[in-house]
Amino acid sequence: MIARLFKFKGGVKPASHKDESAAAPIRVAPLPSHLIIPLRQSARAMARCLVQPGQTVLKGEMIAAAEGPLCTAVHAPTSGTVRAIAPQPVPHPSGLPAPSVILDPDGQDRWIERQPFDYRSVPAQETRTYLRDCGVVGLGGAGFPSHVKLGPGEKGIETLILNGAECEPWITCDDRLMRERADGILAGASIMRHIAGARRILVGIEDNKPQAIESMRAAVQRLGEADIEVVAVPTRYPAGGEKQLIRVLTGIEIPYGKLGTHFGVQCFNVGSAHAIYRAVAHGEPLVSRVLTLSGNMTHPGNFEVLIGTPIRELLPLAAPRADTDRYLMGGPMMGVALLSLDTPVIKGTNCILAGSPTLFPPPPPEMPCIRCGECAKVCPAELQPFELYWFSRARIFGKAQDYSLFDCIECGCCSYVCPSRIPLVDYFRFAKGEIWAREKEKAAADIARERYELRLAREEREKEEKAAKLAAKTEAGRQKAAAALAEAAKPAATPEEDAKKALIAAALERARAQKEQVHPENVSDLTPEQQAEVAAIEGRRAEIREMAKPHLRQDD
Amino acid sequence: MNNSPYSLKPASVQSVMLRVLCALLPGIAAYVWFFGAAILVQIALTSVTALAAEAAMLALRGKPMRQFLTDGSALVTAWLIALTFPSIAPWWLTMLGTLLAIIVAKHLYGGLGQNPFNPAMVAFALMIVAYPQLMSQWPAVGAADFAAQLNAIFGPRQLDAITMATPLDALRTVLRDPEQRAAIAGLLGSHATFGNIGGKGWEWVAVGYLAGGLWLIQQRIITWHMPVAFLATLFAVAGLFTLIDATQFAPPLFHLLTGGAMLGAFFIVTDPVSGATTPKGKLIFAAGVALLTWIIRSFGAYPDGIAFAVLLMNIAAPLIDMYTQPPVFGHKRKEGEPR
Ligand code: SF4
Ligand code: SF4
Repeated sequence: MIARLFKFKGGVKPASHKDESAAAPIRVAPLPSHLIIPLRQSARAMARCLVQPGQTVLKGEMIAAAEGPLCTAVHAPTSGTVRAIAPQPVPHPSGLPAPSVILDPDGQDRWIERQPFDYRSVPAQETRTYLRDCGVVGLGGAGFPSHVKLGPGEKGIETLILNGAECEPWITCDDRLMRERADGILAGASIMRHIAGARRILVGIEDNKPQAIESMRAAVQRLGEADIEVVAVPTRYPAGGEKQLIRVLTGIEIPYGKLGTHFGVQCFNVGSAHAIYRAVAHGEPLVSRVLTLSGNMTHPGNFEVLIGTPIRELLPLAAPRADTDRYLMGGPMMGVALLSLDTPVIKGTNCILAGSPTLFPPPPPEMPCIRCGECAKVCPAELQPFELYWFSRARIFGKAQDYSLFDCIECGCCSYVCPSRIPLVDYFRFAKGEIWAREKEKAAADIARERYELRLAREEREKEEKAAKLAAKTEAGRQKAAAALAEAAKPAATPEEDAKKALIAAALERARAQKEQVHPENVSDLTPEQQAEVAAIEGRRAEIREMAKPHLRQDD
Repeated sequence: MNNSPYSLKPASVQSVMLRVLCALLPGIAAYVWFFGAAILVQIALTSVTALAAEAAMLALRGKPMRQFLTDGSALVTAWLIALTFPSIAPWWLTMLGTLLAIIVAKHLYGGLGQNPFNPAMVAFALMIVAYPQLMSQWPAVGAADFAAQLNAIFGPRQLDAITMATPLDALRTVLRDPEQRAAIAGLLGSHATFGNIGGKGWEWVAVGYLAGGLWLIQQRIITWHMPVAFLATLFAVAGLFTLIDATQFAPPLFHLLTGGAMLGAFFIVTDPVSGATTPKGKLIFAAGVALLTWIIRSFGAYPDGIAFAVLLMNIAAPLIDMYTQPPVFGHKRKEGEPR
């Protein structure tokens, strides 16, 4: 039993609007006319495409392989033929198209051969690799690869948290999943506990979902494993934020830039746990998910949908009303407006929300900040949003960073309450974007400067070498003369003792070494005595060169 | 582009300001009950002046008229001026004060949300310096002869019958007279100016403000920090000096229930634009105002010191904010330290 719950500061209580979609069981969406499967399913990395246009694939067949540590594999959501591999619009705030596989289903929905994975008899690392190759990522929205989160980290994972809070209004897919597939979720959690070596599992569910809580508790009984607890947490947005839920259940606060593993705790969406269960126990890679269709719709509900289904083809299932003016992916607090209905469902898509002017009225005109502090009261990151706003607006980005801009989790609470109707989060997103862009620019500038400096150095060196060659030539001429003199009168050539000349000598030596020409040509036909003489001179020179070397180095 | 959140809590500057005005009503009712309807005339006067000045400044500055004129902020300033000025002050005095507040203290500093000084307090401070005599003539309790009060406002002024020294003024006079000083405790109980505690009638106005203020806290428009810090500090410092020398200093309850203390605690010190905003900063700010108020009341040349105290602390507010930034989520303890 956990002794007590902790509180996170701030938070808001928007109208929950869960009833609209929570009542009906999950339905399976029909096969769409085509599927658009972006190769970038996990948060940061693009998978390497394995298929060709025209190729037929089975359901669950890997069509793109994981490359790099943060990448996960991508699979064919149904059997059919690859039509093309081309850039397609994807649900991302940038609105930029991303390379995707376009698949025409054959209507058979034929699976690959599926086999359970015996995770108990292999090292955890192998199971993680298996999950990577099954394309399992977080289904809560961020899409972070699960196999990475299950890695040992610094301290290992003591507490595994299942996130069933689902704090965003309207969304009920996790609620339904917990009501209908609690056993699968817990089986997945149990597998995760095994991989991560965690001691206990805490399932956090907002207390506005009593049926889900009950269903999960019953499933815990059935599973009969120790140290699993289903905890009802107070309903307050953003209780389902990863950091907030961890805080509420364990009291641990994870600062910006740190991971759960630094503190021995890791948090997974209940949907991800279910996907892990399907992958391990049934050999099914992640090719579908449950999502909520709600908002301005006549038949809202939850649907099991193939990854890659164009959103346009889903909408008739819930019948949007005529005055719908936009669609959001995600909830009203953190969702992203869809630029095109041709964008596909991705692994992180938990909800498609139809909006109307009455449901989400356009915000009234922005007023100046009156410093009422309401935003600071509701900020779960405990920031001073109005100060951040001021600095972001004035583009004093350094100050904004001093006031912990990057600790902002973009939950939207501040915008939600601001009486001046300032779109605060928009300013923060803008400021973060600018800072990132500047860092990138700076990095690019650094590289450019480095290159420039390298070029300068090279030119300098070439100049020096030229000078040295020139010096070598004159020196060679002088030596010729000296040699001739030595031949004629055989006087002892005076050793040049000053460092300057030694320097030239050194340059000469370098030049000579380059030419691999140890002696001047004109001495090749000297008599042995003469050669000995020259050798003696050379020997003295070498000594001087040695003496001069430290100077040379300093001068360099 | 991502423009979330898409649903917003119904909230507006206007609703905030309207609720502040509502919260002033109990105090105003008590004011009318004990001191006559003159205050209502003043409120009307300052309101019309403030709205006219606001409209003119918005037009000059090319700001959207409807959006800003209806935000209610000018009315709050207007009502506070009416309530801090003597209710029988001549019409041009309150009007001048209001014009200075709206035009200079508010709009010349950038308008709503930008003013570093509390506009109502700027008006009060300027007027009391310029017209100390007129700013000290307060209506007598029970002397609610409306005609006489109207005369006082619009002239010709015949004040003797309807004015009276306020408790703070009376106290000051007494304290300046060494022969009477010894009797301060007896005086507070008996003298006609001093009701039961804070001055006849005034303590009920104070209770009205208190009620409205508590409602504002309940409405989450202000937080408890400022009123509590202000009143507690005033109480503590007055109490301390009463203990030291009861013949020289007024007792704490007197300070709390007299003059602008309650109005100040809930409606003036709490002005968010010109005050500190962090929880700790609010405590420091309000405590500072209380301390300065007590000092000015006890030693200064002016009867009530809240206006000057607030303006002085307004200057310090940005600095206070800077040094009292609360720790951010996850950065409270040293890294890696268990909870
Ligand atoms: S809620 Fe809006 S008006 Fe109030 S302090 Fe924050 S940004 Fe300013
Ligand atoms: S969006 Fe950022 S600043 Fe605003 S409440 Fe959330 S965490 Fe705080």
